Amino acid sequence: MIEKNNVFKGIPAAPGIKIANAFLFKKEIEKVKEETISDTDEAINILNESLAKSKKELLKVFSLAVDKLGRKRAALFEAQIMILDDPVLLDKMRSRIREEKKNSEFIVKDEFSKYQNLMSLSDEPYMKERALDIEDIKNRIIRNIKKKKWKSRITDEEVILVSTSLTPADTVLFSRLNVTGYITNFGGLTSHAAIVARSLNVPAIVGLHEATENINNSDKIIIDGFNGIVVVNPDAEQLDFYQERIKKLYEEDTELAKLKDLPAETLDGRKIDILANLDMPEELDLIIQNGGEGVGLMRTEQIFQEYDSFPSEDEQEEVYSNFAQKLYPLPLTIRAFDIGGDKVLPVDVQEPNPMLGWRGIRFLLDNENLFKSQIRGVLKASIHKNIKFMIPMVSSVREVELTKNLIRECKKELINEKISFDDHMELGIMIEVPSAALMISEFAQDVDFFSIGTNDLIQYMLAVDRGNNIVTKQYQEFHPAIIRTLRFIITAANKSNTRVNLCGEMAADYRAIPLLVGLGLNSLSVSAPVIPHAKEIIRALNFSEVSSFVTECLKCKTEKEIHNKLEEFYSVNFSKSSKDFYSN
Amino acid sequence: MIEKEVTIINNAGLHTRPAATVVKIASQYNSEFFIRKDGMSINGKSIIGVMTLAAAKGSTLELSFEGEDEEKMAEAIIEYFNRGFDEL
Repeated sequence: MIEKNNVFKGIPAAPGIKIANAFLFKKEIEKVKEETISDTDEAINILNESLAKSKKELLKVFSLAVDKLGRKRAALFEAQIMILDDPVLLDKMRSRIREEKKNSEFIVKDEFSKYQNLMSLSDEPYMKERALDIEDIKNRIIRNIKKKKWKSRITDEEVILVSTSLTPADTVLFSRLNVTGYITNFGGLTSHAAIVARSLNVPAIVGLHEATENINNSDKIIIDGFNGIVVVNPDAEQLDFYQERIKKLYEEDTELAKLKDLPAETLDGRKIDILANLDMPEELDLIIQNGGEGVGLMRTEQIFQEYDSFPSEDEQEEVYSNFAQKLYPLPLTIRAFDIGGDKVLPVDVQEPNPMLGWRGIRFLLDNENLFKSQIRGVLKASIHKNIKFMIPMVSSVREVELTKNLIRECKKELINEKISFDDHMELGIMIEVPSAALMISEFAQDVDFFSIGTNDLIQYMLAVDRGNNIVTKQYQEFHPAIIRTLRFIITAANKSNTRVNLCGEMAADYRAIPLLVGLGLNSLSVSAPVIPHAKEIIRALNFSEVSSFVTECLKCKTEKEIHNKLEEFYSVNFSKSSKDFYSN
Repeated sequence: MIEKEVTIINNAGLHTRPAATVVKIASQYNSEFFIRKDGMSINGKSIIGVMTLAAAKGSTLELSFEGEDEEKMAEAIIEYFNRGFDEL
């Protein structure tokens, strides 16, 4: 049945099976269609709201990092903000919508293009550049208009979203709507759509090359996220087959739910804390429901994606405090904004090599006011006494010293303002840069805990860009150098009595869990849906057995050898479990 | 109505920052303000309009002001042009 011509195969990125109608999301900004409309008031409203939204975004961008970008760009942002208030331009656009009865994005595009054309006619070289700058603001407005329209189009009915690719912002936007599955033409396992889908327990398939060609809007779709299979307009036989699987899946989930209140403890009594990664507020309930023992990684840059730019100190305090209360007494580990790299930078800085550029703690230390607003927000929320703070992309001890200085400064300010906070709030760092891994003993003197971020650690250790399709083969999770580095970090951390957690995709790989437990980690941080599976696996392990298994793995010379060992170990010990759903 | 011809005297010309400043000054007054160059007439209170004017050093612009506070407006704007947009 799998061979029928309505079946397509991509890369399975998040497990689960769903049946729903397709919703095609095409977002090519340059494609603005001219449409005749009847409700001009609504179109003008949409325009006004999008202008206001764009202005709010730009004001934040403008206030941020202005000194870093230089006066020229700062002036440009200021001019862009003024354009959003330009009386001549706005009157013209509004009256054209009213008189010509055209959709707002078309009018925006048409009006802006007139000015752009004039600019590009000029002989002055800087005028051609300026035409491109005007393009920025035009696209921002059109994007906001479209976002508004997309939002209103997805209503109560569950849909499976089909798109060429999804930015983190798109994914977050859609996760708040009734999207029950994701299918994209491009992207790999570590793409944001995949990560977000996994954390929301929604199936996703990426790299299904002609998804948007083969699927039409409102087609009935079966998405099998275990095997990367999409069935378009299934026949009765295919529907029966998958409905049976959905039923089985439900039964298995009920079985796993029984593990909720049981600890993740090996047969010989080693206890591992199973923490959760938190990207979106929606996940919190699932974490608690699945018996997570706290949040090991709260990615703040994702939480605040909807703000399109940096939230204020008060906005932050509210969110952190709300989460801390809900989780109490379980710990909430808040990671400082990890901006830059492949993460959204709200300022349009072009870097030749962003992964090696202005990201994580580097960006934060260069934007002291921004960083301080986060530190103060976190400190204010820390009165619940279950908050820990963690900084990303640390590569040298100096960065920790500077951060600690800022924290001290913020504490002093808060004391002066008579605002209370947890003076003993723990500070930790992400270990994701090889230099930090090598200096682990020195860092142990300065911080309270470590969290290993495997995605970036692998990328930097092996010099492989994980977003680059050409070198996917070189991105080897189980490369011997990675396993040895993990061993080195964990041994040194344990020696200094510094707790060490591991977050990152590796912890969510069922085959890797025996290895990670054997390496001596104290805790794993995984996406909420993985929690019961991780518990199930750990509860069936013997620590002494996996310790010697690790010793075997450390002798391996190639990834293939380690990979085979892991597969073998897993299939011998866990032949049943959810593997049933994977039909090779 | 007041009409006046001005010459751009700073090196960088009427680039983004001075364009924004011209509009900001103009917006403080109620009178109408137009800039003419090469047969094109631009409303001086429209930033996107002023930004389309390619006005390099040495080029001349015709300014016109009309309304109740045209004199004060003209004075403020012409002075800003004469100061070379504070970039001399």
